[in-house]
Amino acid sequence: MEIAEIEQRIKKIVAEQLGVNEAEIKNESSFVNDLGADSLDTVELVMALEEEFECEIPDEQAEKINTVQEAIDYVASNASQ
Amino acid sequence: MSKRKVVITGLGIISPVGNAVSDAWENIIAGKSGITRITRFDASNFSSQIAGEVKEFDITQYISAKEARRMDIFIHYGMAAAIQAVRDAEIEDASKFDAERIGVNIGSGIGGLPMIETTDAAYHAGGPRKISPFFIPSTIINMVAGNLSIMYGYKGPNLAIVTACTTATHSIGNSARMIEYGDADIMICGGTESCITPLTVGGFSAARALSSSNDDPAAASRPWDIKRDGFVLGEGAGILVLEEMEHARQRGARIYAELAGFGMSADAHHMTAPCEDGEGAARCMTNALANARVNVDELHYINAHGTSTPLGDIAETIAVKRCFGERAKHLAISSTKSMTGHLLGAAGGVEAVLSTLAVFHQVAPPTINLDHPDPECDLDYIPHEAREMKINVALSNSFGFGGTNGTLVFRKV
Repeated sequence: MEIAEIEQRIKKIVAEQLGVNEAEIKNESSFVNDLGADSLDTVELVMALEEEFECEIPDEQAEKINTVQEAIDYVASNASQ
Repeated sequence: MSKRKVVITGLGIISPVGNAVSDAWENIIAGKSGITRITRFDASNFSSQIAGEVKEFDITQYISAKEARRMDIFIHYGMAAAIQAVRDAEIEDASKFDAERIGVNIGSGIGGLPMIETTDAAYHAGGPRKISPFFIPSTIINMVAGNLSIMYGYKGPNLAIVTACTTATHSIGNSARMIEYGDADIMICGGTESCITPLTVGGFSAARALSSSNDDPAAASRPWDIKRDGFVLGEGAGILVLEEMEHARQRGARIYAELAGFGMSADAHHMTAPCEDGEGAARCMTNALANARVNVDELHYINAHGTSTPLGDIAETIAVKRCFGERAKHLAISSTKSMTGHLLGAAGGVEAVLSTLAVFHQVAPPTINLDHPDPECDLDYIPHEAREMKINVALSNSFGFGGTNGTLVFRKV
């Protein structure tokens, strides 16, 4: 799977989950500090990523995913499809 | 010291007959039914396949799609009706008031059952990781009160009452007491419900409570008619803004009516059936009139509980006679559930809105489908057509499973 495709799919999910405009989402955007997420939002965001990329993200890994780029990196190196 | 008086300064409604107060009132007065076949799920296996569903409702007219995703439908309806009522009363800007003296008391009989059902299915299919972090706050009953206080900054009493089909009536009556007692100057109160789901329809059907007149949905809810065969499930929300009278007058608020009294009682009889001699319901109405210090001669209209069940309609008829004696025959009584269906925990809220408007406009809503009155239900139940009439005082009754009763008293100002 191309990085560009992962990036696009993740930004779409982030926009949907956090109720923000896709154009406002940058790779360096922090979910909490830049995109207005609270602790419950981030849990649900991880669930949506698991659903989209058909993978399971362990809690200790999920805690390290705080920005869009970190999500892209995680999916790129862990998701099978 | 005379007690602080309570008046109604805002109304909001989401219902099977309209999602704005003016639309709903127009349809009620025109005698239009909001009952259709169930569209929310495939009900073809169920004995009851009809309901009063809310139609053409868009929650994003009231709150953002992101916020809405964190709330089950009963919260959507409750928020929408409460926002309407808040705007109607012109109290959106809490900074213009003492926000610590504005409270919210909005209940639900059942709460987030739709999301409980879908989350349970997700859990069984995918395990515990499929349970959303928003599952609990999306489904618990006090979250209309919680979310509304967060939205507007209302810092007064914040609670939810759960008493089955008496929920909203108790919420409103209890809120009036809080204003009288001095806990608050303004209370946003009422009830909301949305549980047109397989488990709800199946559960009430198993209890033999629902109508199975599926062939003619608009005629299925027929309180006091000889052919009635159970209630029709409804959904929606009805919300009032209650306000201490002097507070309302000083700010020049529009006053619809006085919320003059509130009474409660328990049947102490049976889980689901009313007491056949109407004793509990009669005592409830007596308590409400005493609390309002109303002379029985001033009472002109009763918005009945009138669910269209064989036993309940007779019991309420007996209760009215027991409470009012000879005067019972001179009272105009109707059941707006003939048009809305039974909104469970929201019923008393929607009916409080309609009772307030009946007093405000001096018009009593009709009971539709009352073609052949049951001989045991022989009072003036306003068949078919609304009636322009003098209404100085109106009552609204709610009776719930568990034998829990509530009556509100509305007085013209």
